[in-house]
Amino acid sequence: MQVKAPMVGKLVSIDVNVGDKVNENDTLATLEAMKMIIKIFAPSDGEIKEILSSPGAVVDPDTPIVTLV
Amino acid sequence: MWEQFLENFMNIGLFHIEIGQVIMWMISFILFYLAIKKGVEPLLLIPIGFGVFAANFPLAGLMEEGGLFYIFFHYGIETELIPPLIFLGLGAMTDFGPVIANPKTFFLGAAAQIGVYMAFFSALLLGFSVPEAASIGIIGGADGPTSIFLSSNLAPHLLGAVSVAAYSYMALVPIIIPPIAKALTTKKERQIIMKQMRPVSKTEKIIYPISASIVIILLVPQSAPLIAMFMLGNLFMECGVVDRLTDVSRNALMNIVTIFLGIGVGATMSAENFLRAQTIYVFILGVVAFAFATAGGVVFAKVMNLFAKEKVNPLIGAAGVSAVPMAARVVHVMGTEANPQNYLLMHAMGPNVAGVIGTAVAAGAFISAIM
Repeated sequence: MQVKAPMVGKLVSIDVNVGDKVNENDTLATLEAMKMIIKIFAPSDGEIKEILSSPGAVVDPDTPIVTLV
Repeated sequence: MWEQFLENFMNIGLFHIEIGQVIMWMISFILFYLAIKKGVEPLLLIPIGFGVFAANFPLAGLMEEGGLFYIFFHYGIETELIPPLIFLGLGAMTDFGPVIANPKTFFLGAAAQIGVYMAFFSALLLGFSVPEAASIGIIGGADGPTSIFLSSNLAPHLLGAVSVAAYSYMALVPIIIPPIAKALTTKKERQIIMKQMRPVSKTEKIIYPISASIVIILLVPQSAPLIAMFMLGNLFMECGVVDRLTDVSRNALMNIVTIFLGIGVGATMSAENFLRAQTIYVFILGVVAFAFATAGGVVFAKVMNLFAKEKVNPLIGAAGVSAVPMAARVVHVMGTEANPQNYLLMHAMGPNVAGVIGTAVAAGAFISAIM
């Protein structure tokens, strides 16, 4: 499953690495929108398969950030 | 000769200082402290604070007719020049996208204006005159320039108290909103996830400020100064061909007029004007107004949910209390607390922006009803 950006913003960091095992609601990435830091949380348990974006990128809604399996 | 010396000596301000003026200095020091140490709206509280401080010197006459601060106040504020200029800059920073994508949210911004009217009626009950009560009520709109615009028009003697109350409560939004919004919603309601908004086209965004001006100014002509400038700023930004004007509106021009606005507002706070019981009432009624504005938005969102097929998260109603974008951020944080998968920020911007427009309209309505 691809985890996507929930809104327009600048990606500050990706807080996981490929191969990490995450639980639901763990932080996957940090986004800055409207001068506010917004954490993107894992929608379910799983393992990070790929990272699809990089810090500094400006993301639109629905830009995939990581793939979670 | 001795007499002349004595006379000059007695003209030293030191001998004319009054206790009230010293108290006003203390108040200005509190404003400095809040701005510098606590980060409370520093861009406004520093010039306002210094306006208070400098206007309360004996014999200096800064606020007497022809005095420097009087000139700032008279030409900048009393003539209602500066608040619309600030609105130009705000318009050039406002994205109407969330309102266009979900026009329902406009009603939430309107519902939050109930705070304005609750405070208005409470002020009437406390014995304030109608123009004074309107100036106090508008604090509930949580919009600084609009509050200044209205009270300089209707009750200039309350201007200082009203604007300081408005700006300090705006800074307190993260403390005022959550307990009220939480008390009025269940955990389940706060967990409601809102579907992502549809993308809004550039054409829609260009047409919006024009069509909104037509509707709003035709309905409430007295809101024209604020609305027209706001929409012009917005058109600057959205049309994409006048980047220089957009930039100067939201940066240089806004910063320049903020200096004169702050000094002018602060300077109205003379000891005899400010150190009165009614100032305390203004602050109390201001918080009442904020509380009802929050409640109005949240309750209206719940009512909307009774009929709507697609439920809204009632928390976004609380963002109708303008205070852009602070209220929307606070709403976002509450939503995330209830459900980490919840991203309410952009949804909350709808009522948030609508709240600004709603407050300007409410101010226009007061002016046309009272003047």
